[in-house]
Amino acid sequence: MSHPIYIVLIPLIPLVCFLVLGIFGRKYFTNSAGIFGTLGLLTSTLFSLSTAYEYFFVSGKLNGVFQKIEVLKFTWLEFSPGVSIDLGILIDPITVMMLVVVSFVSLMVHLFSLGYMKGETRFATYYAFLGLFTFSMLGLVLSSNIFQIYLFWELVGVSSFLLIGFYFEKPSAVAASKKAFIVTRFADLGFLIGILVLSFYSHTLDFGVLIERLTTAGSPYLNTINAASFLGVSALTWGLLLVFMGGAGKSAMFPLHIWLPDAMEGPTPVSALIHAATMVVAGVFLVARLFPVFALSDPAALQVVMYTGAFSAFFAAVIACTQTDIKRVLAYSTMSQIGYMMFALGVSKYNGEEGLGYMGSMFHLFTHAFFKSLLFLGAGAVIHMVHSNEMKDMGGLRKLMPITHISFLIACLAIAGIPPFSGFFSKEEILMASFESNKLIYAVALLTSGLTAFYMFRLYYSIFWSKPTDSHHGHHGEGTLTMKIPLVLLAVLAIVAGFVPISSWITADGNAIHSSIPITFSILPVSLAVIGILLATRLFKTENELPQRIAIQMGGLYKAASRKFYIDEVYLFITKKVLFNLIGKPAAWFDKNIVDGFMNLLAKLTAGLSELIKGYQSGKVQDYALYFFGGITGLIIAFIYLWK
Amino acid sequence: MLNEYLQVLKSEWLLIAIIFILLFIKVGSKEWKNETLLYSINFLLLLNLIAGYFYNLPGSLFNGMYFSNDLIFLQKNILNLGMYLVSLIAYPWLKEHKHLLEFYILILSTLLGMFFMISSGNMLIFYLGLELSTIPLAALANFDLEKRKSSEAAFKMIISSAFSSALMLLGISFLYGVTGTLFFSELATLIHGGPMEIFVFILILGGFSFKMSVVPFHLWTADVYEGAPVAVTAYLSVISKSAILFIFMTVMFTVFRNLEPQWYFMIFLLSVLTILIGNLFAIRQNNMKRFLAFSSIAQVGFVLLGLSGVSKIGMTSVIYFLLIYLFSNLAAFGVVALVSATTGKENIDDFKGFYKTNPFLSWVLAIALFSLAGVPPTAGFFGKFFLIMSGAERGNYVWIIFAALNMIISFYYYLRVVKAIFMDQNETPIKTIMVPALPKLAMAICLLGIICTGFLSWIYDAIFNLCNF
Repeated sequence: MSHPIYIVLIPLIPLVCFLVLGIFGRKYFTNSAGIFGTLGLLTSTLFSLSTAYEYFFVSGKLNGVFQKIEVLKFTWLEFSPGVSIDLGILIDPITVMMLVVVSFVSLMVHLFSLGYMKGETRFATYYAFLGLFTFSMLGLVLSSNIFQIYLFWELVGVSSFLLIGFYFEKPSAVAASKKAFIVTRFADLGFLIGILVLSFYSHTLDFGVLIERLTTAGSPYLNTINAASFLGVSALTWGLLLVFMGGAGKSAMFPLHIWLPDAMEGPTPVSALIHAATMVVAGVFLVARLFPVFALSDPAALQVVMYTGAFSAFFAAVIACTQTDIKRVLAYSTMSQIGYMMFALGVSKYNGEEGLGYMGSMFHLFTHAFFKSLLFLGAGAVIHMVHSNEMKDMGGLRKLMPITHISFLIACLAIAGIPPFSGFFSKEEILMASFESNKLIYAVALLTSGLTAFYMFRLYYSIFWSKPTDSHHGHHGEGTLTMKIPLVLLAVLAIVAGFVPISSWITADGNAIHSSIPITFSILPVSLAVIGILLATRLFKTENELPQRIAIQMGGLYKAASRKFYIDEVYLFITKKVLFNLIGKPAAWFDKNIVDGFMNLLAKLTAGLSELIKGYQSGKVQDYALYFFGGITGLIIAFIYLWK
Repeated sequence: MLNEYLQVLKSEWLLIAIIFILLFIKVGSKEWKNETLLYSINFLLLLNLIAGYFYNLPGSLFNGMYFSNDLIFLQKNILNLGMYLVSLIAYPWLKEHKHLLEFYILILSTLLGMFFMISSGNMLIFYLGLELSTIPLAALANFDLEKRKSSEAAFKMIISSAFSSALMLLGISFLYGVTGTLFFSELATLIHGGPMEIFVFILILGGFSFKMSVVPFHLWTADVYEGAPVAVTAYLSVISKSAILFIFMTVMFTVFRNLEPQWYFMIFLLSVLTILIGNLFAIRQNNMKRFLAFSSIAQVGFVLLGLSGVSKIGMTSVIYFLLIYLFSNLAAFGVVALVSATTGKENIDDFKGFYKTNPFLSWVLAIALFSLAGVPPTAGFFGKFFLIMSGAERGNYVWIIFAALNMIISFYYYLRVVKAIFMDQNETPIKTIMVPALPKLAMAICLLGIICTGFLSWIYDAIFNLCNF
């Protein structure tokens, strides 16, 4: 790479924006903060694009294989001879892709927020936080060693904490940001221990060296880490699983997902940035970064990734069907789609054509970023208009918000996997990969894909149809031009992103994959998606009409001669009774009470324990003396009986 | 010869000189204004701090009873820096105080005691230094003369430290009985792990644990910290604790080196208890000073973890952590001291809505708390990370995981305070406080330390190179 300075500037520009706006924003940039931040991000995005061009078309390839290029490296802390912490920039296909995705989506969000956040008292602060977040996220993807990635990882956590809690007058926003912070901290703890384990055995923190040392068969490092075990599981598996735990926390995988729905309290453009395209895919990125170690040395850990991903995908899709808050639907949908990416990594292997899952996962990450942030921004526009997150307050908006309507529809088609929209292509790759490797996962993936189509169109119809178009009065238009441009741009990308030749660019081992998916394979998933859409159309296109008709027919169920009604009945039975009540509600309950409850229990336990021992701090010196002697005696007794 | 006595003992001479200057001013007939005095004393302390970096001559005096090397000079410099910061922080409180000169004479005497203690090469000098650094502190704890709690704190402190001294002295006597010497270097070769030696070790460990407020020897800490004036609390929790940890490390690594398999186990036990109990108590505190007291108890548990990796890295990580801890804790105490001196409010609830009225102080406090909690990219994170890394070398995963889990718990209560400051509403928030120049300087230095110490790798490298393991 000829101009490392370019690449350094990509994360630095948002940092400068953060510093300038953070320090001088309130005084000098009360109104122009948005423009300032957006222009900065525009520069970053242009640099990212030029880097991508140069990497993919000019300098990235050596003998037909994409290389990992270390653009910059200097030793920062020498911990002990041999182990040092470096700072560096690593460029490889996934980094370049993430650079483009992160900077572009961030640019769209900057642009959109110009209109959306207009008039906020802390407008400049908002843009400062956006800059900080973008900087940390870009730093994360550029990191060349595992410690550096951890630093940025935490920084991402902190800045998302600031953004989610931006409306700090709202108690629910404060609670949500705290929850997000603590839950992900909990996961990060696993990550940190995982880093310690991996680096302890491989004697390095550098990604390149670490991967090489832990994948070369017969290397002494690999042998010792496999030989060491704790609770019957090898240290390598522990290390990788703990690192995955960190990833699962950020990427909201079951059971560490509980913070994601609550995090919707933040401003909606923030959700589009953090919860669609950037922070939540950091976990996927991390697993992809260490993928060679997972795939070559420890298939068992990869299995865990696969099952966690598949379960999360399905679980979240079911819950998404029952939510009425449109942002929560999108939150669960994100969790489900990230589950897709995770299990795609899980089913993948390393070499050649078998690395289809890896490629599919990265492909889906790429396409998902565009259509999901489009969905969030669209939802933002809707919320901006009706001032509510609830489906019941919406409906019939298609005439009032034509641009939002069309772009939202495109995004829904893309996420449902309808050709030729982008989601179709990436989903096909994932389905193909899981079909070839694990039929159970394939079945779950298919089912989830049908559910996805169903709940997305439920959302779509509830917002834009279902009520007569004139039910909203006194609206203030669809939003400013700056809010429309991102929607249109993202909609275009949601259509065309599928044609980007990811398969020849981003693969596990750097070699292009030339497999093509037979058209017959696509029939089943696409028809499932179509069924999902039709079902949603029938149930939600017009308000309450069908459920009422069913209710009338309910008494004479046997007399229902009409085959059509019979099918409707089954649909309704399956969706309302089975899906909602039998699966959805218990799943939501389980989510709320057991998973959340466990965390609460932990908190209660700590508080209770602390209550229990307060008596020991009596304030009497004689008691203190007693404990003091007790301590000495205790030490002696412990020493005699426990040691030896 | 004389030159050697002057240079090796330089840090001590400087302190003695300042003490005498203050004494002459005290007995002199001229009435000085408090402000003038404070500015001049702080200037003297600054000179003392700067002088600590020049003309350091390593060497040993009094037949090896006293020795000094570059690492010890560094430790003394860290303590000097802490002293300077505490003095700056104490400004708003001392400005109105009638006995300001006595305050400085007493506090500098304890510092002198600590210097002798960390330079000691013999158990007797060590003990003398320890007592000199403790007894005046009890008087200082009583320095809010009209407050009942303050005298209670002093009383509790003197009684409790009498226990610990008695036990430690018993241990030292036994030690002499067993080995026939009190020199560190000779003791190191004579101790081999007999039952009597282990008993002696436990007694001395008990004494140390008391001073470091390790659970279950910590109970005096909360009451004393709460009752004592904030500046004294800050001094106790940072300077005193750092000094005792420095000498504890020396004693463990030299005198009791041969007992290492045994003491590793005890340190493990004490550290786990300390971290857990410190955290559990910190959760329920409402008084800022008590809260910081318990959080500092938990921090010592982490230091023990780093210390357990008996290596050059362990040593470095402990000193590095203490430096960072000094910045973070003094920044927090600086804000609390200022608020306490101007409004008399010390409860966490009083700090609700603090951000609305005092944004600068709020940020200082928040950053300090984040650093104490170990949130990257503040220096506190690096400090804890290196401690854990050093402890991890022994492969005791239970300990590591336990410590890391407790980092999360500690997150909860630090965040609780941050939440109170920034997010909670309050009808009657603390009024806007004018920050005087001297505390502002202290806060600026601390903030700089919190932000930079982690990122400037040469600080860690410099400590690493000085550590002679």
